[in-house]
Amino acid sequence: MKFIDEYRDARAARKLAAAIARVTTRPWNIMEVCGGQTHAIVKFGIDELLPPQITLVHGPGCPVCVTPVELIDKAVEIAPLPGVIFCSFGDMLRVPGTNGDLLSAKARGADVRVVYSPLDALAVARANPERQVVFFAVGFETTAPANALAVAQAQREGMRNFTLLVSHVLVPPAMEAILASPSNRVQGFLAAGHVCTVMGYEEYAPIAARYRVPIVVTGFEPLDILEGVYLCVRQLEEGRVEVENPYARSVRREGNREARRLIAEVFQVVPRRWRGIGEIPQSGLGLRPAYAEFDAERRFGLAGHGVEEPSECRSGLVLQGVLKPHECPAFGTRCTPEHPLGATMVSSEGACAAYYRYRGVPVRAASS
Amino acid sequence: MTLRDGHAAMPEPEDFVLSCPIPIREYPQVLLAHGGGGKLMHALIEKMFLAAFENPLLATRHDGAVVDLNGGRIALTTDSYVVRPLFFPGGNIGTLAVNGTVNDLAMCGARPLFLTAGFILEEGLPMETLWRVVRSMQEAAAAAGVQIVTGDTKVVDKGKGDGLFVNTAGLGVVPPGRVIAPDRVRPGDAVLLSGDVGRHGMAIMAVREGLTFESEIDSDCAPLVEPVMALLDAGVEVHCLRDLTRGGLASGVIEIAQAAGVHVALDERAIPVRQDVRGACEVLGLDPLYVANEGRFVAFVAPADAERALQLLRGHPLGAGASLIGRVAESHPHGLVTMTTEIGATRVVDMLSGEQLPRIC
Repeated sequence: MKFIDEYRDARAARKLAAAIARVTTRPWNIMEVCGGQTHAIVKFGIDELLPPQITLVHGPGCPVCVTPVELIDKAVEIAPLPGVIFCSFGDMLRVPGTNGDLLSAKARGADVRVVYSPLDALAVARANPERQVVFFAVGFETTAPANALAVAQAQREGMRNFTLLVSHVLVPPAMEAILASPSNRVQGFLAAGHVCTVMGYEEYAPIAARYRVPIVVTGFEPLDILEGVYLCVRQLEEGRVEVENPYARSVRREGNREARRLIAEVFQVVPRRWRGIGEIPQSGLGLRPAYAEFDAERRFGLAGHGVEEPSECRSGLVLQGVLKPHECPAFGTRCTPEHPLGATMVSSEGACAAYYRYRGVPVRAASS
Repeated sequence: MTLRDGHAAMPEPEDFVLSCPIPIREYPQVLLAHGGGGKLMHALIEKMFLAAFENPLLATRHDGAVVDLNGGRIALTTDSYVVRPLFFPGGNIGTLAVNGTVNDLAMCGARPLFLTAGFILEEGLPMETLWRVVRSMQEAAAAAGVQIVTGDTKVVDKGKGDGLFVNTAGLGVVPPGRVIAPDRVRPGDAVLLSGDVGRHGMAIMAVREGLTFESEIDSDCAPLVEPVMALLDAGVEVHCLRDLTRGGLASGVIEIAQAAGVHVALDERAIPVRQDVRGACEVLGLDPLYVANEGRFVAFVAPADAERALQLLRGHPLGAGASLIGRVAESHPHGLVTMTTEIGATRVVDMLSGEQLPRIC
């Protein structure tokens, strides 16, 4: 397939892997930030091609994984209310909250619908003026523009039956939180290409300088990831600390101006809790006061309630790159995709789920 | 009264809790995933249905049962069809109901002969819709060489059905000495795939979700009797066959690997997926190897016959895109499927728990 096959070429992959091996003289820990990259690494077996000194550490960039339990609980609380149609991206449905997940709510009779875009949810709201349509607005900077667009459009049309349950998170503050942690072992980053497509990469220069880490804007195909690793290792070996952008076919320095303008108009930066990690200051997006009537938490009068994670789940450590999924004692035994203890075992972008699905049998055998 | 109150107020029948082999505390209700062709569905079948109906024929866990009867051998199977939308590019619920059951018989090595048809109709279903479905069934039955010889009709209240559900059961004959089953699979067997995968599932999803792509993706729904008979009648040593419906190619091969106790090594690069299907899967974050088909099968054949089998398949329109996608590497206690990826690395192919869910970004 055009624009994809050329980035999955086996011979080119081997060549890049050989180039990485040539420049590597010491062990390095490199974190790929985005769950989509983690998925590709495990699905294609990219790490198998790397020299043993290079460890790819899986990052927090899985929107499903970091959505806090209390938001899932709120979703499960709102969905069965009379007159509500609850719309969500598919992979949020299986994430366990305190009282089950959205799929179970659906099985109990709630009107839960999978949509592919907030604009689809908006269309559902238009078609059902007597119902309250709630869209579960999760995700990083990548999904924010479409959510902002949906809200702006709903306001223009004067719609009274459309709200967002917002759980937006931002990548750069999470990278800073990881680097500032005493247990940090990340020495270089592959930044999330799609996030940079929207936001650009100007905000990474201060992080690279402050924490002395190379940051390479990286795409999602095998050759993109191998190239990202190559450039990152070269910087580390040469003692350079720069922000590089080999993913120029998608990312410009300033990002997508119109998308950034839309986000800034509808959303403001707020503190946000990350599942398994805790609260990170200035790490999320919430609706601006001018759009408060589209806030589902306000519409349905939900107070914040603190929730404890299941004690056995180590997803926080996995999301910060401290622990590999199969190093968790519950991995593959008490925690499986059928009975997940944490969200990292649910989403296709979750590191635990990726390990279980693509490494399953040998990894499970080794850990038992 | 909220739903949760209603749920709590319902007394749990205690003896059922004690005797039910499914840990119902974990799944007090049936979820959609229990019908998704993945691990939850297999657990349900294994722990509830197999445990309750236990017998040697059921235990073979094939697409149908092959029964010895007065010296002859017949194959028997049944399937229910609950597709939404009822009509989709490349077929409808009627063509599915005939071809699906015909194919299950063919996978037992049987020549399908007779079908039954049960209709559950929802009050208010346009008669015109029913007629179109029935006409399609008539045509599909004629094409597959089967007769629909008995049936049943029920009507349920409006809102209690999704327009139209169809159940078909099928009966076919198996020639003496022909045994097609997972336990005949041997190390060295070649794994042949009859054509490109993922089309039916993506055709349905495109219509259901209103997704539009550059070209319309049509279902691969078709009767597989002829390509299967082409192999068997030519004397190819076929060990096992499986049509790749729910759960797709990956689940079908994993089921056989587990039932046969073997390690199957696949090559991702040899698996044909049409460009439009790949594109749609990329957009939605789905893996085409887990997407449903209705006109594709895998054949495990003896190594010496692999090349001839491939040519025989390719000689038939429904097998024109056939390819050799892997081999049975060795015996393996629990069954294992691995795959050489597009970039030449190796990974495990595992069964999903339920249906694939489209990703966020």
